[in-house]
Amino acid sequence: MRRMAEYRLEVNGDSLDVSAPDHWTLLEVLRYRLALTGSKQGCDKGDCGACTVLVDGKPWLACLTLARSVVGRRITTIEGLLPAHRANGGSGADPVQAAFDRCGALQCGFCQPGMILSAKALLAKTPQPTRDEMREALSGNLCRCTGYTQIFEAIESAVASELGLKPAARAWGAPPVSCAARKDGGA
Amino acid sequence: MKNFTYVMPTSLEQVVELLPGPRDLKTRDRVKVLAGGQDLLGELKEHLVEPEQVVNLKGVPGLAALTQQAGAWQIGALATLAALEENAALRASHTLVAEAAGSVGSTQIRNQGTVGGNLCQRPRCWYYRHEQAVCIKKGGAECFAYGGLNKYNAILGGGPSYIVHPSDLAPALVAAGATALIRGKKGERTVELERFFTLPSEGAVTRENVLAPDEVLVRVDVPAMAGWKSTYVKFRERSSYDFALAAVAAALRIEGGKVAEARLVLGGVAPVPWRCEKAEKALVGRKIDAETCRVVGELALEGAEPLAHNAYKLPLAKGLITKALTKLATA
Repeated sequence: MRRMAEYRLEVNGDSLDVSAPDHWTLLEVLRYRLALTGSKQGCDKGDCGACTVLVDGKPWLACLTLARSVVGRRITTIEGLLPAHRANGGSGADPVQAAFDRCGALQCGFCQPGMILSAKALLAKTPQPTRDEMREALSGNLCRCTGYTQIFEAIESAVASELGLKPAARAWGAPPVSCAARKDGGA
Repeated sequence: MKNFTYVMPTSLEQVVELLPGPRDLKTRDRVKVLAGGQDLLGELKEHLVEPEQVVNLKGVPGLAALTQQAGAWQIGALATLAALEENAALRASHTLVAEAAGSVGSTQIRNQGTVGGNLCQRPRCWYYRHEQAVCIKKGGAECFAYGGLNKYNAILGGGPSYIVHPSDLAPALVAAGATALIRGKKGERTVELERFFTLPSEGAVTRENVLAPDEVLVRVDVPAMAGWKSTYVKFRERSSYDFALAAVAAALRIEGGKVAEARLVLGGVAPVPWRCEKAEKALVGRKIDAETCRVVGELALEGAEPLAHNAYKLPLAKGLITKALTKLATA
């Protein structure tokens, strides 16, 4: 039998004991040891960004990270956003998650956890990003359904609701329902 | 990937202790060092290397340091590409290094990827990366790119392997006159970064640099560039993130409207960062205009031998040289 390594990871504010082979990636440990399946296994070689998590607040590719190399680092997965938002006294969903819902910034949804975490890191660094800054920050997250326009609108919507403003008109004609008008947090 | 054991030593002595002996060429890949992992994990997953042990360098204190003294920089091998890209003082004094770091991969890859890893990364040639293609880089008999699909391969310095060196930092740091600090079992040595990289015809064809099996790249030292203006211009097939089809690292010291000193290094066209010394000499004493750019472009690409599918790199590289020089002259 293969030797298991015993170590502890700090994931979404919890200290979790892990027993896994040395060569397992952070993505494998998250998904197949800790049952945190929000981080997706897409290309599994650093091209698609579906596995993006935050390590000490920065977007990282969990598929290109040996799990043991992030012992002692602060790991945030998509599952951690809602509890963190609530723990900070917020209600409803995390504002960026809510904006993605509100703006229909997904089709199949596979890229969404990575997109949202990259967007969170962008907004933490640049609270009011331009479209170019968004494109740059999200360039490592691929959407195969080509929903990029809605994704950028969702980020703008999150910024707008943070500032109490109405977002700018959409790039392509009038939307059926304005992002700002739907205060219900989406369907 | 195949299983291995993982260790994280806390000193460089311990790291080199774990590495194979200096002459263990055949078994050197039994132990691999891990920095940011952005290249190594891909190699492990494609079964290009199957080490018994992976040695994480992150336990060694100080390897990620990025420090400046009197305009000269010491860049630790574990400094991340993001740290270089975001350092305003580095961007001001050595613009080409910060620009090259910022042009690598995606946000995630720059957060994780390190200077040492970027300089020591293996080629991206698709024959090399294919598990079942035993090409000359992997100990086989021939370079499949030579007579095969070679759109992304070398036009300069090729043979017997036609890879291009994939690093963006390498041409920029070579143009900046950097030196590499290397640590092995017998102690430290320094090598000009330009001599760190080896052509397949002069070094071991299965490697891209002078590192012996017992050695690791520890630090890169970059001299001050007071009075120089520099830039890194990279052309990618897609603008989101990609390796360079061709790139130009250029630095000029201009006095009274004319070039007093010049450095010109090409990326994406050769198995090593391609220093264009003839073109550098030709630049001295000239002002940057269309004729200068044309002459310099011709000299820089002198001796180029495109393969069946990559002759486009000639006009591309010349265009990038014009773009870089014009940018520096008007900056």
